Amino acid sequence: MKLIVAYIQPAKLNDVKQELFRKAVYKMSVTTAMGCGQQLGYQENYRGLVEEVNLLKKVRIEIAVNDDFVKPTVDAIIEGARTGNIGDGKIFVTTLDDCIRIRTGETGKSAIG
Amino acid sequence: MPELSIAVGDLKVALDTVWVLFAAFLVFFMNLGFAMVESGLCRAKNTVNILAKNFIVFAISTMAFWFVGFGLMFGDGNPLVGLKGIFFSSGADNSPATGAAYAGVYTSLGWAGVPLAAKFIFQLVFCGTCATIVSGAVAERIKFGSFLAFSFVICAVIYPLIGHWIWGGGWLAGLGMFDFSGSTVIHSAGGWAALAGIIVLGPRLGKYKMDGTAKPIYGHNMTSATIGALILWFGWFGFNPGSTLAANPAAISHIAMTTCIAAAAGLLTSTVTSWVIQGKPDLSMIINGCLAGLVAITAPCAFVSAPSSAVIGAIAGVLVVFAVFFWDKLKIDDPVGALSVHLVNGIFGTLCVGLFGDADLAAKIGTGTLVSNGLLIDGSVAQLAVQALGAVTVGAFVFAVSLLVWFAIKQAMGVRVTKEEELAGLDIGEHGMEAYSGFQIFNNI
Repeated sequence: MKLIVAYIQPAKLNDVKQELFRKAVYKMSVTTAMGCGQQLGYQENYRGLVEEVNLLKKVRIEIAVNDDFVKPTVDAIIEGARTGNIGDGKIFVTTLDDCIRIRTGETGKSAIG
Repeated sequence: MPELSIAVGDLKVALDTVWVLFAAFLVFFMNLGFAMVESGLCRAKNTVNILAKNFIVFAISTMAFWFVGFGLMFGDGNPLVGLKGIFFSSGADNSPATGAAYAGVYTSLGWAGVPLAAKFIFQLVFCGTCATIVSGAVAERIKFGSFLAFSFVICAVIYPLIGHWIWGGGWLAGLGMFDFSGSTVIHSAGGWAALAGIIVLGPRLGKYKMDGTAKPIYGHNMTSATIGALILWFGWFGFNPGSTLAANPAAISHIAMTTCIAAAAGLLTSTVTSWVIQGKPDLSMIINGCLAGLVAITAPCAFVSAPSSAVIGAIAGVLVVFAVFFWDKLKIDDPVGALSVHLVNGIFGTLCVGLFGDADLAAKIGTGTLVSNGLLIDGSVAQLAVQALGAVTVGAFVFAVSLLVWFAIKQAMGVRVTKEEELAGLDIGEHGMEAYSGFQIFNNI
């Protein structure tokens, strides 16, 4: 079981959702975030002295998946979020120790389901 | 004593002028009302754009109407358009002289005993109202420059022309059409121009699914929307009673009463209708009902009894709810209900003069000589026929010309923002700034 965390441009959320739906990934959690990458918050075409770290708006998506869904989910996120520009975002794949469905108490692969 | 009669005459002019200007300032204040309603009913990421549109459209109206609009609308000319005193409202005029003593080129306003500048300001704020109706309907996907271009044309040409037909001594006035404060001249005209814009623009991304069902796109600030609605109601107390252009106690009091009753009735019936159909009373429908009642009473306010105004408002409140659903069925995306409030009820209000008009009442308070009583008063159809003719001809003209203008603008500079910009928000795309900098705004679409 893996937890996939992706930071994307807010304007690409809808496209990412569409791509996930196409791969039959329907369950996700979405929050707003602020962040920056290598450019310290500036877009590539913004010239000037970079003095401080600037945080820009991002959207964070969290999806818990069984191992066979890792590649389709990652591919879908990339497909939906990639523009080729700086700021497209990053995906983290972390190991998930356990998953429990609150309503029924199921654990493990069937709880991710 | 001659000194006393001269003094009394001056006093009347002064009182009339103060009334007209005060009413004009109330209508001016409605620009804030529109800005609040529209931005409140749209998404946060487009707030700066909507506020900017509402702010700047009045400035454009001022310049366009001063440049040529006033003259085309009220100058002496032929039944279709004014031909004298077109530019900068600078034609010969000896207002506040009235009637036979009036000597000037704005004869259609020669009955009003106030200075020309007061007439100009009063008519200007009405022109601004018409233009700003369009801004809500095209919100969230229109290019800023395209909206400015259209606003100039509607204020300089489209509105003055149809205004001339009904208020400028044109052919519809000659046939006895009455539109006291502009259900047709302002509201349905703005509505038709808005409809043309929506058709040329297309719906917002994500509004309609593949199978045609409509998805709700929620307004982000119901506080703003409510503030706006009450400001509009407040401003309407200048819009309707001010159109007497005189501090005529009987007339302005009666008009204020019919205006208020219609708004209240519309608000109540829209609440009930929304409650029944949607299961819970929707505040945006409550607001739309209030505005619908006000639009519907705008034409007949000076010619109908108070009980009639209650009925008119009540019907308007029901009409507006069904109209909102109707436009979505046609996939006509109207973010704020401008078509349902202004177009549908503008037409309805115009017809109400011919349904509820009371010629004796109008004569008694001095607001006009109707062609006949309304259909529901004594079965006469003459007034209703003229009202219907006016509604249809103005509608056809404004819609057709607006479509042409929108298409021309589309060819020249485009009308719609890119998909990326629409998703990121017009605040960033058109203005390079945010309305709520520092806040996390969250959009599902």
